[in-house]
Amino acid sequence: MESVGPFMRRPDATGRFGDFGGRFVPEALMPACLELELAFSEAWADEEFVGEFHGVLESFGGRPTPVTELTRLSEHLGLRIFAKREDLAHTGSHKINNVIGQTLLTKRMGKPRVIAETGAGQHGVATATAAARLGLECTIYMGEVDTHRQALNVFRMELLGATVVPVTSGSKTLKDAVNEAMREWVTCVSDTHYCLGSVMGPHPFPWMVREFQSIIGREATEQLHALGVAEPDLVVACVGGGSNAAGIRR
Amino acid sequence: MTSLETSLRSLRDGGRKAFVPYFMAGASKDWLRHVEAAAHAGADAIEIGLPFSDPMIDGVVIQEAALRSLERGTSIDSVVSELDDLEVDVPLIAMTYYNVVLHGGLERSASLLRGARVSGVIIPDLPLEEALEWEGACAQHDLATIFLVAPSTPPTRLEMIAQRTKGFCYAQGRMAVTGTPGARSEGGAIATAVRAVTDVPVYVGIGISTPAQASDAASQADGAIVGTAMVELLLRGASVGDVESFVASFRHALDHAPATDFA
Repeated sequence: MESVGPFMRRPDATGRFGDFGGRFVPEALMPACLELELAFSEAWADEEFVGEFHGVLESFGGRPTPVTELTRLSEHLGLRIFAKREDLAHTGSHKINNVIGQTLLTKRMGKPRVIAETGAGQHGVATATAAARLGLECTIYMGEVDTHRQALNVFRMELLGATVVPVTSGSKTLKDAVNEAMREWVTCVSDTHYCLGSVMGPHPFPWMVREFQSIIGREATEQLHALGVAEPDLVVACVGGGSNAAGIRR
Repeated sequence: MTSLETSLRSLRDGGRKAFVPYFMAGASKDWLRHVEAAAHAGADAIEIGLPFSDPMIDGVVIQEAALRSLERGTSIDSVVSELDDLEVDVPLIAMTYYNVVLHGGLERSASLLRGARVSGVIIPDLPLEEALEWEGACAQHDLATIFLVAPSTPPTRLEMIAQRTKGFCYAQGRMAVTGTPGARSEGGAIATAVRAVTDVPVYVGIGISTPAQASDAASQADGAIVGTAMVELLLRGASVGDVESFVASFRHALDHAPATDFA
């Protein structure tokens, strides 16, 4: 596969991947971002933490997820096509990988509460699930429009003990849910971790989320080897906030 | 020293507690008249908000004002051209988000703002670590880059911020977005800590909505900034006269505040 430039390297000291990245947050949140960067750097270099992360991914997250060869489509197109089945991970998407990592880190930092944004509800359901596993208090910000469109996911989050706050500002969708979660974080940053679900936001979030999601690419590489594929010619990934794409490309 | 800092220092050295109300540029047709009324009624400087769609440190009131302003087509260029008609002789300080000046071009935005007699800029989502380029653009145009110190800022960071800020240091009174009602301001304590490092003026903002709170904050700081309470009044359709009496009530409270103890 060709190089993807600076995006898959470790970011520089300012949290940049080439021209992108950095930290554009209010001063009130800077100490928390610096604390998180340090906590994640230490944890990710700590074999015990990484071991626990992988253990929970396996015993709770439903990993490894299989690689399925799409035989009929392959035949039809005259190619070999494989699907990495993140739909079979616990809670139904790759979101669980990142939240297992971030909730373990929350516990390690001694914070008893997480907040998160969600669009359709996948990240919210995953966060509520991982928070419930560790007994962390959990509040999810969701655009009001999305709470109606995805009422079933609201029900699931509440069933898992989370509080769902409908966001009525701006366009009442994901972008506004992120803004609202950031605003809330300013008020409670001393005891609350913001469990951001995409490769976005201030450093170290994009880096940390990519690292927690890199399990997708690691597994897929091994599984393809076992199926006799040394290196795929092409990887296709869907992109919402980008964490799935960053994870498979790793 | 920037001209803003020179004038704010002389205000302080003359024993006057500064009152700085905030107006959202372009939120209504006659916003310039509101600014003039505030200056006339005793405001020492005016904070002018340049609207942004995702104001991260602002609560619902300023969000609403920003939305109204954006719907009226406000941009950095439109504000700069409108400011030609503004007749006030107190310093103008812009408050906006980094996206606005980055999108407009750092050098160009700094030059445009200074050309419209703006002498300082507050960008709350631009922490020290990201600000070098913008500070450079401001320095070329005698525009002060004003930094915030928050209650969560540890002492070593506070020291760095106090040394880098120009014009004045913005002490964020509460761990909250603008316009959140609640507990006593931590701004006074921040002001005291900043004063131990540098003698740049310190103003307290975020969490001040009444004359009593302003006078309380100013007992330890050099001035008070009031945003949400001012903007809320205007969103409800306040007149020029309402703005004057609002500002006069803060002026009165600050002129009768207990003197700062510099000892």
